[in-house]
Amino acid sequence: MTDTVAQSSAVADAKAAPDTMAWDSGLRRLMMIYLPLGCFVLILLFPFYWMAITSFKPNAELMNYKDHNPFWISSPTLAHIKHLLFDTAYPRWLKTTMLVAIGSTTLSLIASTLAAYAIERLRFRGSPYVGLGIYLAYLVPPSILFIPLATVVVQFGLFDSPLALVLVYPTFLVPFCTWLLIGYFKSIPYELEECALVDGATRLQILRRITLPLAVPGLISAGIFSFTLSWNEFIYALAFIQSGANKTVPVAILTELVTGDVYQWGALMAGSLLGSLPVAIFYSLFVDYYVSSLTGAVKE
Amino acid sequence: MSVTTVSSPALAQRQPNWLVRLFDYKPFLIVMCLAPAIGLLSVFLTYPLGLGIWLAFTDTTIGRRGVFVGLENFQYLLTDPLWWNAVFYSVVYTGIATFGKFALGFWLALLLNNHFPFKSILRAIILLPWIVPTVLSALAFWWIYDPQFSIISYLLVDVLHWRSGNVDFLGSPWPARFSLIAANIWRGIPFVAISLLAGLQTISPSLYEAAMLDGASAWQRFRYITFPMMMPILAIVMTFSIIFTFTDFQLVYAITRGGPVNSTHLLATLAFQRGIAGGELGEGAAIAVSMIPFLIFATLFSYFGLARRKWQQGEAND
Repeated sequence: MTDTVAQSSAVADAKAAPDTMAWDSGLRRLMMIYLPLGCFVLILLFPFYWMAITSFKPNAELMNYKDHNPFWISSPTLAHIKHLLFDTAYPRWLKTTMLVAIGSTTLSLIASTLAAYAIERLRFRGSPYVGLGIYLAYLVPPSILFIPLATVVVQFGLFDSPLALVLVYPTFLVPFCTWLLIGYFKSIPYELEECALVDGATRLQILRRITLPLAVPGLISAGIFSFTLSWNEFIYALAFIQSGANKTVPVAILTELVTGDVYQWGALMAGSLLGSLPVAIFYSLFVDYYVSSLTGAVKE
Repeated sequence: MSVTTVSSPALAQRQPNWLVRLFDYKPFLIVMCLAPAIGLLSVFLTYPLGLGIWLAFTDTTIGRRGVFVGLENFQYLLTDPLWWNAVFYSVVYTGIATFGKFALGFWLALLLNNHFPFKSILRAIILLPWIVPTVLSALAFWWIYDPQFSIISYLLVDVLHWRSGNVDFLGSPWPARFSLIAANIWRGIPFVAISLLAGLQTISPSLYEAAMLDGASAWQRFRYITFPMMMPILAIVMTFSIIFTFTDFQLVYAITRGGPVNSTHLLATLAFQRGIAGGELGEGAAIAVSMIPFLIFATLFSYFGLARRKWQQGEAND
């Protein structure tokens, strides 16, 4: 009895949701929400601001806080970026990183689409266990794998070759993508496939013409996420690549640009900025897919 | 509609082609579909995992096949103060960083769950620290922690006049440890906040309204509705966070490389130093294997979190 009363008033309240905020005075809202939010954004973004501003500062300003306000640039310069692009192998590192990221993303997308389709749609005895096994693979961190993997890579004759990274990165990409795609495949009505089966389509035709087109948002999510993860990967690239020319951007900046006792902060920060830019641009184009894949992977 | 578009080409191709029939044979198709994923994972994940455990019981070095030495590597580790140091710091690092990430991340998620303008842009900005390569943002932190030109020192000394000398962030053990933890928290907040925000949005507003009608205070609504409803997702996100914080490598390797005087080594960086840089593969593998018990503990935590979610869903159906 009281339940129904509560329910009906709850419905009424839901309609008037913005009005319930009326008891919040503006000041209270400012102190409780906007001020802490402002602090969070400031702290979360400050390192990027600092990175960006350092990469355009001439060395004289970098090392002199007395005469120049460190939070601003008096005479911006492109010297650090020029040094990076023309005096180091930076363009080559960028190219290697890009190729490795694209290669491993493609490989893991193909592998995980097929696996997710088999687990979710072909349904065989033990398919939940295969799914669970792939999920468990996600929980194995690279830090406990890189030493034995280094010996495996040497055995395959792939040491110091970017191809090793293309083959190894799917170990953490496939579990993630498979789980994401299983979630997407689940949301596609099974009836569509049954209709196609009745009409005489083969399983592969169903996958190609019905399931995949409907799962495109999931494929995009998995793809951009894999790209970002492979772009950011560090420990395998550090352990398996020796020669300076074959390194990926994150490893190369840390091992090739940090030289001697006097760090060239301008060049280091310019390298970090340029290395972050591709993923940041990519991210700004596909923000919603990132958020959905991040939260989707957690919820599944 | 889509059915009609499919049916005509499907019928056209329906010659008794043996290849087509083979690919329509379900067991064969299942094997073919699973082969790439399972193949990749077994060659580059399961096999190395086993190999790593085997290596931990041998004295392999780079360029020399080792022989089985039993528990010698582990016995050596138990007497090695550096290993104990790394265990200690790994636990401290994981404990404090996880607590910080979740306290601040949960707070940020609660803030983001309010209505205000430009919310989606703000949410996008907040994820940036998580998207950018960790090593590159770690370099920015290294520069922020510079002994001479640290911007934090500048703020504290020259702007606010709170201190008389520069802060020595990375020069001595405890400040260096806390500096790394701060950088890790900074990097972890976005992931926690956005995942928890997704959880918060699934809580039905009617629950809060019912509680408000019953006269529950803001704290009571948080304590008895938000928190219990968030438990399952908290457990999962926390498991991931604990696993990847405990096995963290990049931040420490980029900022301190384990120094000063080896005080900031995590197990992963110690394993790298001994195994790859020092060439003692067997010993490095033993250090890596010594992380496994902890990871199993974290996974069990996740399992019970999931089990609890099922139970809650059952309750909600009544």
